[in-house]
Amino acid sequence: MSRLLEASGHALELLFSGDFELWLIVGISFKTSLLAMVFATPPAILAAFALAYGNFAGRRFLITVFSTLLSAPAVVVGLTLYLLLSRQGPLGDLRLLFTQTAMVLGQIALAVPILVVMMHASLQGVDRRVWETARMLGAGHLRAFLTVLLELRFGLMAALLATFGRIIAEVGASMMLGGNILHYTRNIPTAIALETSKGEFAQGIALGIVLLTLSFTLNLLLHYVQGKGQVG
Amino acid sequence: MLKALFAGTVLVFSLTTAQAADPSAEPLKPANPVLKLATTTSTDNSGLLKEILPVFEKETGYQVQVIAVGTGKALKMGEDGDVDVVLVHARAAEDKFVEEGHGDQRYGVMYNDFVLLGPEDDKAGVKETETAVDGVKKIAEAQAVFVSRGDDSGTDKMEKSLWKDAEVTPEGEWYREAGQGMGKVIQMAGELGAYTLSDRGTWLAYTDKSPLTIVLEGDEKLFNPYGIIAVSQKKYPDINHDGAQALIDWMISPEGQKIIGDFKINGKQLFIPDAGEDEQDQAEDMKEAA
Repeated sequence: MSRLLEASGHALELLFSGDFELWLIVGISFKTSLLAMVFATPPAILAAFALAYGNFAGRRFLITVFSTLLSAPAVVVGLTLYLLLSRQGPLGDLRLLFTQTAMVLGQIALAVPILVVMMHASLQGVDRRVWETARMLGAGHLRAFLTVLLELRFGLMAALLATFGRIIAEVGASMMLGGNILHYTRNIPTAIALETSKGEFAQGIALGIVLLTLSFTLNLLLHYVQGKGQVG
Repeated sequence: MLKALFAGTVLVFSLTTAQAADPSAEPLKPANPVLKLATTTSTDNSGLLKEILPVFEKETGYQVQVIAVGTGKALKMGEDGDVDVVLVHARAAEDKFVEEGHGDQRYGVMYNDFVLLGPEDDKAGVKETETAVDGVKKIAEAQAVFVSRGDDSGTDKMEKSLWKDAEVTPEGEWYREAGQGMGKVIQMAGELGAYTLSDRGTWLAYTDKSPLTIVLEGDEKLFNPYGIIAVSQKKYPDINHDGAQALIDWMISPEGQKIIGDFKINGKQLFIPDAGEDEQDQAEDMKEAA
């Protein structure tokens, strides 16, 4: 117990002492994960839309595939990309292994299935008549699409938050693809893994608390923007 | 021109006897400043690289990105051309790496030794034995719990060769392959009251945090030399070979060697620099020292 208290104290100290190394690690974490979200979200929304409203062969099969990908271990996603990006791999000429770009790619690969599945689920909850009414009232495809998105905003937000939570806390893929390089590809989860392996448990817990504190702040902001969170 | 200048700088550095670089001197910016070094957890977790690499970076303008993994994986990364230079400790595997043309030449940099760790009460009676091979035999006879790295690292390779020499096939409930880094394995062995094999550097970094103690040391067999190899430019023409060679030249220069020798944890020297020396002699020195 005393260890946990010590770690919590240490975490606060780290957060407020303006420790350069720590903030660099935090910065790398948020930069890569936010970038991954930016790249993953638009195609995921389109895919979810196509799965919910489209009428094409293999639609149900695709839904199953995305749901299955939810349980892909991060290490396997990391390993697959590692083999693709390694100099010996088909994309080796891009020289992306052990870079932040590789970490972003890994997190995109993890994020897309979660986004698609969660958004598809909430799209199913939106009355199909929203689309039909919008169209009937003369809205073009794009306009009708935006109308449905507006109806969907809470589910969309939930999907974004859940996905962001997953990828910013993810260690396996980041470790493999980034290589845990100090000041470059060391993010909060890989730093925690390293500190733990060094027996610096307090430092590891402290970093964990730092991550939670920052995520809490982010969530607070988003919920403030979103409204009361009650069913009206 | 820049290259020639740069080579000249390196030459000057390697000729001057160990002394601090003039802080006012601006380092030459190399054409390709990012250098990827795959190395073992023992050099990184012990804090050695954090101590020595900033000096190299300041003097040469290179930026070294360290990827710390087991020796087996580090060599694999070198073989695949995913890193520019490797610093590892598994002599046989290093020689094979060079022979197969993945790297240019192996340079000896430093050495330390392995130690057998065990619980204070030493149930298996390893302390009574003289050699590491007899030590592991005792552990197997007593079926005392042994935590193995099991990750094809340099330490793991050393441990496997001890079992082989002892003519014991380690298997059964008492033999546990962790598949983790050295620090984690020392922690696990500590929690389990088990035996394990560690490099001395990592052990010194953990001594304060571990209930284990050294049950055997000083056997010539436990000699642990570290080598550095630049990944072959013939195989990968666009690899940062200049950077790799600059790091090697610096590591084996009198200055680099002095900084390695000066690195201490709890007042104890972790690595003994040995660039350009005959390793057989050192094995004997080590035996006498222990």
